[in-house]
Amino acid sequence: MSIYLNKDSKIIVQGITGGMGAKHTALMLDSGATIVGGVNARKAGTTVQHKDHEGNDVTLPVFGTVKEAMAETGADVSVVFVPPAFTKDACIEAIDAGIGLLVVITEGVPVQDSAEVFAYLQGKETRMIGPNCPGIITPGESLAGITPHTITGKGPIGLVSKSGTLTYQMMYELKDFGFSTAIGIGGDPVIGTTHIDALEAFENDPETKAIVMIGEIGGDAEERAAAYIKEHVTKPVVGYVAGFTAPEGKTMGHAGAIVSGSAGTAAAKKEALEAVGVKVGKTPSETAELMREILKAL
Amino acid sequence: MDLFEYQARDIFEKHGVPVLGGVVATTPQEAREGAEKLGGGTVVVKAQVKTGGRGKAGGVKLAHSPEEAEAKAAEILGMDIKGHTVHRVMIAQGAKIAEEYYFSILLDRANRNYLAMCSVEGGVEIEQLAVERPEALARIAVDPLTGIDEAKAAEIVDAAGFADDVKGKVAETIQTLWTVFKNEDATLVEVNPLVKTEDGAIVALDGKVSLDENASEVRHPDHAELEDKAATDPLEAKAKENNLNYVKLDGEVGIIGNGAGLVMSTLDVVAYAGEKHGNVKPANFLDIGGGANAEVMANGLDVILGDEQVKAVFVNVFGGITACDEVAKGIVGALDLLGDHATKPLVVRLDGNNVDLGREILATRNHPLVTLADTMDGGADKAAELANA
Repeated sequence: MSIYLNKDSKIIVQGITGGMGAKHTALMLDSGATIVGGVNARKAGTTVQHKDHEGNDVTLPVFGTVKEAMAETGADVSVVFVPPAFTKDACIEAIDAGIGLLVVITEGVPVQDSAEVFAYLQGKETRMIGPNCPGIITPGESLAGITPHTITGKGPIGLVSKSGTLTYQMMYELKDFGFSTAIGIGGDPVIGTTHIDALEAFENDPETKAIVMIGEIGGDAEERAAAYIKEHVTKPVVGYVAGFTAPEGKTMGHAGAIVSGSAGTAAAKKEALEAVGVKVGKTPSETAELMREILKAL
Repeated sequence: MDLFEYQARDIFEKHGVPVLGGVVATTPQEAREGAEKLGGGTVVVKAQVKTGGRGKAGGVKLAHSPEEAEAKAAEILGMDIKGHTVHRVMIAQGAKIAEEYYFSILLDRANRNYLAMCSVEGGVEIEQLAVERPEALARIAVDPLTGIDEAKAAEIVDAAGFADDVKGKVAETIQTLWTVFKNEDATLVEVNPLVKTEDGAIVALDGKVSLDENASEVRHPDHAELEDKAATDPLEAKAKENNLNYVKLDGEVGIIGNGAGLVMSTLDVVAYAGEKHGNVKPANFLDIGGGANAEVMANGLDVILGDEQVKAVFVNVFGGITACDEVAKGIVGALDLLGDHATKPLVVRLDGNNVDLGREILATRNHPLVTLADTMDGGADKAAELANA
């Protein structure tokens, strides 16, 4: 088991012919994920050549629309690599086609576009992850995004993080245990899947025994996740928050990572998590150590 | 990006929001000319700083003639308001105010939609009003897909409790402010106060606008002109020219990493390590992103080594998609490119993809300035120690 993504997931890539799309289609195939095609309206009817994880040639069809791609291939997941100016339209097209999981990797999407896409999602069957995220990996089964599949394998830990490289760092620190699913939700102010969504899914996933939650400065998502954990999560949760030394009023790389006044500080988030019994590490290595102790005791 | 009041005023005017005349001035002489341009009558001289509480700090003054405007501008220009030096004033036409209101629309991160807030009690600190008398501040959720149409504007003015004689005009102004929010890709449009003048007109007297930088990049090339280049740190400006994501901080350990989260985390780990080494602190945030080739690395190192405060540099890279051997080649290439300009010790921690190859490249080159670290914590400790030496 896993959350959102598994060995049966059939993935298409929106923007498969672009630089990022082509590079990561190859890496996803190399991980063993089932990629069944791509979308680019201007290159409909063509194909792209790749290798699968066993080194065999793979010819992937390029479709004009997501709807067509789904009808022809049975795809239920789409990974979006199109440039930010076109991301909103790409998402709406995929939502209209009824895709089950929409993973938006694109960085730099205007926040009003994200807010409109999120509003458009309401009442639809699509789950969106991102934008501006590394995507989701269920080690040994599938990969929809850019997380390196070589860090570690399958295991009992569920991971949810705003940050890509911190996801990798944490997977690396805990590579001796492995992960059920690791999901990077992105650091933008408006995202499709939140910490709370992932916590709920991990709580319900029998394979996940413990959860690592990585947050960062800005907004109050971590505080709300803490309130959710208190009410609904019975599995052990270990937390980490990046940005204790971030000054007020400076955006730290992610559009959403900014301390304004007393709101959004790492200290406030740590406090909120600890108040509901979540052990919070000061550093990634200390966080991993806390998780290691929990897993050994299980 | 937060705008100055005068920039917000100009944007309001462009979209048809009722505003009074306003002229920006950087010298007392310009202030006098501005007041003359506005008819020579009573004006308000307002400090242009991106912080609240200007009035209390003495940054807003009434002037009854162009001569007085010049004198008041001379007093205000150069003033320090909460750490912001006043470089500009706005000369604003005076208004005879009958009533003061409040309106704002902003991105609501928690609910992932927009929030309109409105009150018939404006001109006060809105945060204070929200805490002390929450019932006086109407809060209405706005659907990003439909925005503030006629019905939504009517709902907002009703909830705020406007009198019948101004309802229509205020609702109309609110709809226009929505077009500012929408068409300029703002994350905040605030008018405080929105006023009714003695002759019954509705006017936006003071405005605050924040723009979404992603959107400015994608579809508002004109927003580049709104940037306050004078306020930007010279190192930050240089980094921006090279497309580097850099924030200058006050410390001795230069930081280079890949990925915003990992770099933020690196700052923390270095600060903790610094506690054991004379309290040295991280000198900057610098995210070189995924593709760390020699050139990006050299540009990054160049910016950091240009910071005189920096005593040592910590390069912390987790090779996810990027291979560590590429990063190592980047560091070696950067040091060769910089030659004698590179004088400060570098601690390098590499992990992940092709890490053995990466470490081998650095070990083979054996540059006297480079120390290899096995872990993030170990590297931070070493860099802090070197910065304190």
